[in-house]
Amino acid sequence: MTEVAATRAAAPVRSWLAALRRHGLWLVAALLFLGLPLVFRSGTALTMMSLMGIMIVFALSYNMLLGQTGLLSFGHAVYYGLGAFFVVHAMNAIIRAKLPIPLPAMPLIGGTAGLAFAVIFGSVSTRRGGTAFAMISLGLAELVESSSLILRGFFGGEEGITTNRTRLFRLFDWNFGPQIQVYYLIAGWCLISMIAIYAVTHTPFGRMCNAVRENPERIEFIGCSRTMVRFIAFCLAGFFAGIAGGLAAINFEIVNASYVGLQQSGIVLLAAYIGGIGHFIGPVLGAILVTYLQTMLSDVTEIWQLYFGLMFIAVVMFAPGGLAGLLMIHVPLVRARVLHLLMLPYALLLAASSIAGVGAIVIVELAHRLTVKATEGAGVRLFGISLEAESAWPWLVAVALVAGGGLLTRAAWPPATRALSDATAAAHWAERS
Amino acid sequence: MRYPNALLISCLCSLVPIVLVQTPVFAQDTVRIAYIDPLSGGGASIGEVGVKTFQFMADEINAKGGVLGKKLEIVPYDNKLNPQESLVQVQKAIDAGIRIVTQGNGSSVAAAISDFAAKFNERNPGKEFLFLNYAAVDPVLTNDKCNYWHFRWDANSDIKMEALTNYMKTRPSIKKLYLINQDYSFGQAVRAAAKTMLSAKRPDIQIVGDEMHPLLKITDFAPYVAKIKASGADSAVTGNWGQDFALLLKAAADAGLQVDWYTYYAGGTGGPTAIKQSGVNHRVFEISEGHANIPHQASQDFEGVFRAKYEIGLIYPRVVNQMRMLAAAIDEAKSLEAPKIAAKLEGMKVDVFNGGDGFMRKDDHQFFQPMYIASFGERSDKEPFDEEKTGWGWRIITRLDAENTMLPTSCKMDRPS
Amino acid sequence: MLELILISTLNGVLFGMLLFLMASGLTLIFSMMGVLNFAHASFYMLGAFFGFQISRYVGFWPALIVAPPLVGVVGALVERYGLRNVHRHGHVAEMLFTFGLAFVIEEIVQMIWGKAPVDYRIPALLDFTAFTVFSTNYPAYKLFMLVISIGIFIVLLAVLTRTRVGLIIRASLTHPNMVAMLGHNVPRVFMLVFGLGCALAAVAGVIAGPALVTQSNMAGLLGPILFVIVVIGGLGSLPGAFIASLLIGLIQTFAVSVNASLTDLIGTFGLTLDARSPLAELTNVTVAQIAPVIPYLLLVLILVLRPTGLFGTRET
Repeated sequence: MTEVAATRAAAPVRSWLAALRRHGLWLVAALLFLGLPLVFRSGTALTMMSLMGIMIVFALSYNMLLGQTGLLSFGHAVYYGLGAFFVVHAMNAIIRAKLPIPLPAMPLIGGTAGLAFAVIFGSVSTRRGGTAFAMISLGLAELVESSSLILRGFFGGEEGITTNRTRLFRLFDWNFGPQIQVYYLIAGWCLISMIAIYAVTHTPFGRMCNAVRENPERIEFIGCSRTMVRFIAFCLAGFFAGIAGGLAAINFEIVNASYVGLQQSGIVLLAAYIGGIGHFIGPVLGAILVTYLQTMLSDVTEIWQLYFGLMFIAVVMFAPGGLAGLLMIHVPLVRARVLHLLMLPYALLLAASSIAGVGAIVIVELAHRLTVKATEGAGVRLFGISLEAESAWPWLVAVALVAGGGLLTRAAWPPATRALSDATAAAHWAERS
Repeated sequence: MRYPNALLISCLCSLVPIVLVQTPVFAQDTVRIAYIDPLSGGGASIGEVGVKTFQFMADEINAKGGVLGKKLEIVPYDNKLNPQESLVQVQKAIDAGIRIVTQGNGSSVAAAISDFAAKFNERNPGKEFLFLNYAAVDPVLTNDKCNYWHFRWDANSDIKMEALTNYMKTRPSIKKLYLINQDYSFGQAVRAAAKTMLSAKRPDIQIVGDEMHPLLKITDFAPYVAKIKASGADSAVTGNWGQDFALLLKAAADAGLQVDWYTYYAGGTGGPTAIKQSGVNHRVFEISEGHANIPHQASQDFEGVFRAKYEIGLIYPRVVNQMRMLAAAIDEAKSLEAPKIAAKLEGMKVDVFNGGDGFMRKDDHQFFQPMYIASFGERSDKEPFDEEKTGWGWRIITRLDAENTMLPTSCKMDRPS
Repeated sequence: MLELILISTLNGVLFGMLLFLMASGLTLIFSMMGVLNFAHASFYMLGAFFGFQISRYVGFWPALIVAPPLVGVVGALVERYGLRNVHRHGHVAEMLFTFGLAFVIEEIVQMIWGKAPVDYRIPALLDFTAFTVFSTNYPAYKLFMLVISIGIFIVLLAVLTRTRVGLIIRASLTHPNMVAMLGHNVPRVFMLVFGLGCALAAVAGVIAGPALVTQSNMAGLLGPILFVIVVIGGLGSLPGAFIASLLIGLIQTFAVSVNASLTDLIGTFGLTLDARSPLAELTNVTVAQIAPVIPYLLLVLILVLRPTGLFGTRET
């Protein structure tokens, strides 16, 4: 009897621990969001973290379509942009009418607008999947982007619509003028959205979406309508995209036609895919990486777009699981504590491919200098060293680096893959026993 | 989640990029000006020309001792022609300690930066920055959406139309006019201004067509040219630039259309090449604040030196005015703080780059200067410079003094106390 | 009025034939891969730039002969070393690969030739007026473009339907496994088809370059229209692509000349709309303003109502 009572008394503590282990990650994430601005204080870092937060929500919403339901959309920015436009108009209306609605509630309006348009457009586009769906999304995106120049009253024409986020009703005397307050607002909404989207993936509905992705025909056999599943996923994705758009409207205080454009859709596609569409954390990683590169890479080189494109192709060709996919391969190894076996082969591989990479970058930058920038002189500064594009020796060195690095990579690749498979097998056995 | 460690590892990995964010450290003895324009992608050819022009002016001012004993430095930031991206770049510039920002390509970008300047300067006293606009011509920036921190050196599209229509008043040969423009805010402004001003100054001119076509989407202007022909127009007014201008002219030449073209941007990158290719000799006119062949010795000498260095013509004479006035304002204010510089800039009167009087109007921070109408075609001895290696050059037809180009403004500026 | 209709028809047919040159290659590739090649317009652009560069050294006519096979070889290499590796990762990966490829090609073109338009001229032999319709001159070069396009269409049709190679290609498109079992090298056939498609797009580029502006953004301008055509015409149907190209070419050219708007339509019924109402903005839009958008409207309509397209035989 006392044993039962003892176990009964221990049960609540154990259930607390279990709950903590399951949901502790979110606590860590929340603490991380809270603590980041204390470490990185500069205005640029704050702006960039705010942008990352917005992009995370946007990319996660996009992955609800692509990774979860297998729907490739080229026009997801439509819901993001329309959400942003509705929020900015709502903010202006609220300011004019002096209604007591605080700023933190505004992204919800964006989400609702995104949801509404997703319902309208989704009802026509989700009847088909695959390429037809992709083409419809492209067509709709072009339509909305073109109408943005025609409907000047709503879209504001070239200049867009501006607003002032400090003029709304103030909760606890926060006026959201300083960037740090905007960052916390975005971080809060980002966390809520992440939890919500994560929760959706773990519902039966989320599993049905995965089923539609794998085999749409078969899901009809068990009585589910694939169109209905796609439609609901589409609406939810539109909702969260609208929230992201609302956050962007608050952050920039100006919304214009480029929010709904094809380029914005392309960026979120890039972010989600590079991060990895097969895992929840993928779009988060991709959003962070792409935002960072977008902001900082153009300071370093003028042909950043080329590097972007090459990176995208590399991911598509060699790592279709994205960054998250690559990381997840190593997770069982961490658990089985065999990760250290990989250190040396990976280090060698990294060194070899870095050599080849540096050589390739030098060649590309020198070529760029010679062809397009010929009138500006042939000097270029790479990795802290000044080089002359017209003299032969930088080219020779670069070619040598590429050739040497290429050979080394070829030599280092089999040991690395062998080490990986050995380690994976060892981890597998460790798990079994 | 099945792999909790993975999430942690991933989060830690993702922090690595942020760690690498470093605010670049500049030498303290330079005065830096942030140049925010497209330096990659489609708009880059124009952005690069701008950087070169600003750099040239910085070199000229530094050769004379700089400002307040310090050297000027141009720091380019690539905004990819995107308003949101521009705001991020402005933030980076401010973080690096830069207090003077200049931009020109794209009124949408200019509107975003101007708006941001007003809000930022209000929320961050002591860190104010100036926005010097050298090419964004949307009239609204010095009218309804004006603000104290924005200064514009390019005549806005309404001012250009005022000058153009003042010239048209003196040309009785213009009887039937066709308007063809790109369907966005600039094209709309051109068309609206043309209609109002012409009806006031030359009500006898019949406007036989008013066409708005989508921006940068038309690949074949033949149907439009057919319509112009059908209307019997003898002149056309267009704000088209870039490929919209080039293709329009090509189609007109193909169809044998004989009209006079009154344009804003025929001299822009690619324009002279298109005109020469179409063989339209001295029938394309441009209204601008300066052309290479203006008979003014100092500016022609400048042009020679500029071309020798960069192998392109000086497309932005207004940048010369802007930089010289900025240097003068800083020297006069004896300070590098934005409010003090702004106080000296507004109302400033100068001798403009190619001769004549110019001034920065206090009410709206719009610069007024002499405007020139020139036609493009075969050169004579009086025209020493050609454009884009075509052999053809600009011939000055007439000059309108600054007083002849003035327009009232609806600007009600909030001035800092 | 009649002049306008005649000129617009001529221009519409011309534009349509140009689009068909590109869409035919895209249709072949699509039938083969099952995914749309986003980089197809980029090969069109490569053709224009290669043609420009070669014509700078040896003139237009050699460029017309040399540039398309060159681009075809590039295309074949892309298929062999790029697409084939991506194929095993699924349709989405293939589409994304071509998406990234389009991006990279545009960047490389910008690196080599810059971002400004290049001076690609009409050859002197063709620089005259062919005939005059009422008062409008019709340039001979445009007739030349028309003739070349029709010629290539006929040759393509003949090759595909009357030769053995064409038979193998058509069989590989629908029954690749069976054709492989009969002893043919199906991967090589696919590589050939991809190269051929790219070469066709390059021909369009070489001849359209002088007429349109040759600039690094030309791929992005024509790219979406191509997909519209291929989808409307019917996935995998060459005659469908032909009809759809002509349709889109004519619609775009004619729509541009129509200045009517919904307001005018309502006006014919004697009703007027208050100019300040929000709806007025929508109804004041003229057909000419939305002309470039009409193909996308058609795209969405077709995909919703008839996803196989007008003449297509298979859904995606």
